[in-house]
Amino acid sequence: MGEDADTRKINHSFLRDHSYVTEADIISTVEFNHTGELLATGDKGGRVVIFQREPESKNAPHSQGEYDVYSTFQSHEPEFDYLKSLEIEEKINKIKWLPQQNAAHSLLSTNDKTIKLWKITERDKRPEGYNLKDEEGKLKDLSTVTSLQVPVLKPMDLMVEVSPRRVFANGHTYHINSISVNSDCETYMSADDLRINLWHLAITDRSFNIVDIKPANMEDLTEVITASEFHPHHCNLFVYSSSKGSLRLCDMRAAALCDKHSKLFEEPEDPSNRSFFSEIISSVSDVKFSHSGRYMLTRDYLTVKVWDLNMEARPIETYQVHDYLRSKLCSLYENDCIFDKFECAWNGSDSVIMTGAYNNFFRMFDRNTKRDVTLEASRESSKPRAVLKPRRVCVGGKRRRDDISVDSLDFTKKILHTAWHPAENIIAIAATNNLYIFQDKVNSDMH
Amino acid sequence: MLSKGLKRKREEEEEEEEKETLAVDAWWLDPSHSAVAQAPPAVASSSLFDLSVLKLHHSLRQSEPDLRHLVLVVNTLRRIQASMAPAAALPPVPTPPTAPSVADNLLTSSDAALSASMASLLEDLSHIEGLSQAPQPLVDEGPLGRPAGGASPSLGALDLLGPATGCLLDDGLEGLFEDIDTSMYDSELWTPVSESHKSSPEDGPGKEVGPDLDEAELDYLMDVLVGTQALERPPGPGR
Repeated sequence: MGEDADTRKINHSFLRDHSYVTEADIISTVEFNHTGELLATGDKGGRVVIFQREPESKNAPHSQGEYDVYSTFQSHEPEFDYLKSLEIEEKINKIKWLPQQNAAHSLLSTNDKTIKLWKITERDKRPEGYNLKDEEGKLKDLSTVTSLQVPVLKPMDLMVEVSPRRVFANGHTYHINSISVNSDCETYMSADDLRINLWHLAITDRSFNIVDIKPANMEDLTEVITASEFHPHHCNLFVYSSSKGSLRLCDMRAAALCDKHSKLFEEPEDPSNRSFFSEIISSVSDVKFSHSGRYMLTRDYLTVKVWDLNMEARPIETYQVHDYLRSKLCSLYENDCIFDKFECAWNGSDSVIMTGAYNNFFRMFDRNTKRDVTLEASRESSKPRAVLKPRRVCVGGKRRRDDISVDSLDFTKKILHTAWHPAENIIAIAATNNLYIFQDKVNSDMH
Repeated sequence: MLSKGLKRKREEEEEEEEKETLAVDAWWLDPSHSAVAQAPPAVASSSLFDLSVLKLHHSLRQSEPDLRHLVLVVNTLRRIQASMAPAAALPPVPTPPTAPSVADNLLTSSDAALSASMASLLEDLSHIEGLSQAPQPLVDEGPLGRPAGGASPSLGALDLLGPATGCLLDDGLEGLFEDIDTSMYDSELWTPVSESHKSSPEDGPGKEVGPDLDEAELDYLMDVLVGTQALERPPGPGR
């Protein structure tokens, strides 16, 4: 970690444009679409809120590309499984956008059991001047119609309509943790604790099981699937991570059932750091391919790691997110924080990676300069338009004025979900029920 | 809490008002090395063990538990147990003998089997009555969180396993999952073998038993179960 002056230079300066408070519901997923124009969030109440970036206008230079609410809809409702007497949570676990193929936008949203395809369309024109109907739509008295007119499209207030186009139900016995749209734009996969299914976007009554790690005897169960993703370019490749910290790259061309991996990425346990909790902290909570498709980013409890697809033996880069927690694992096990699942994200150029931590902190690592920064997402610590101040956690010893001591970290304030705009330096941070959108106002030629 | 210990000294000048902070009470963890496994005092391992068992219980009690959480806790328990095995003086191991039956509920859930490539049409139908059991009464754990194995009358036949040896860790945690066998949910529903694991002969008032089974079959199954346990019980010293 560099000195204070250096850390301010990393990743430029972030201005806080916008803090949108959702209605007291905990945000459970955040996702930009492929252009970054739209940002979708899902929450525990089954709601999806979509933000749209306002086009930059010279008239209002302050609102350069701010995100405003575009649409809100109820994606999932709580359900009751009568067979098992279990309630199915409506919490949205993941949202994934489909690449845009026409004027409409489409996204997939999923809870524990059911995936839904939503189509979002705009209506900003309305036909007027019908011959047989009046303005309210009632049939006209034909005797009053004396001449023909051509209906014209007149502008109207923008209306955003969201409709469910597909419901992919009953594909999963266990809880869905990931969905990923294939680069072929025709299929997608959904993964639960033990199985991964391949779906066609147009077919809802069947799916293909492509990974099944359920043992014949459940007593032999020692590992579950934690995350999975399709390769961004190769439609036959996908990766899935496990609770034991391994990654498996699978090739769908090899076999119908991809139980045998093509590549297994696993780092041997560091003997000097062995503890009872080694396995828990090695459990991968998120895996993301780089935009280039050449690397994978994984997040486990204490680190983020960059893997080269060509090297299975170990990651090429490892970054410590909050190593000061290593001596606290026992307490974190006790209060279950050790099971928290943090996500990770690449920036558009794959040069910076980001992940969340506790106390509403999030971390960024510059892969080129090897510098990192800790920032905080909270209203108290940042005013609108202010530059985010880098934070520091001190472990004892020399302590500076604004440092936070490890023992006063708030472990209820966890940043699990973060997203990075696909092209620009705009990030979305979900802090419990608050969404923060930070933009980099520094011109690109300044750094 | 089970793992109470002395609080580590804090730097007075660094203390701010506490929000939700960690309980820094891992007195047995020397801050200089986090490799607990290297020098685990028997007492420390035992506290972690108790904590893990408590977590396992809590997880199993959920109507639909987090499989990842469950698997990680079980694996951690295995590690702790492995490290405790050679230790001379083990504290009395708590017995969660009901764990196996509760584990049934979540580890054998139903497959919808709508996927075209899935072979079996009758794969993994859950026993409805098995699920309604979730022996909540068993959760009446003592104030320290130790499962009071003998105190719960609804354990029924599982008591036959013996309070001291019915511990799930006797068989290296196999006992936990022993009863979980998805084959019981194959097309042959209501087969006697499967039923033995789901219902105890002394069903509580709220429990439903498969209508096709009768008492004789249940008794037979329990005998088999106990017999198996007796065979597998290691003739170890006091546990």
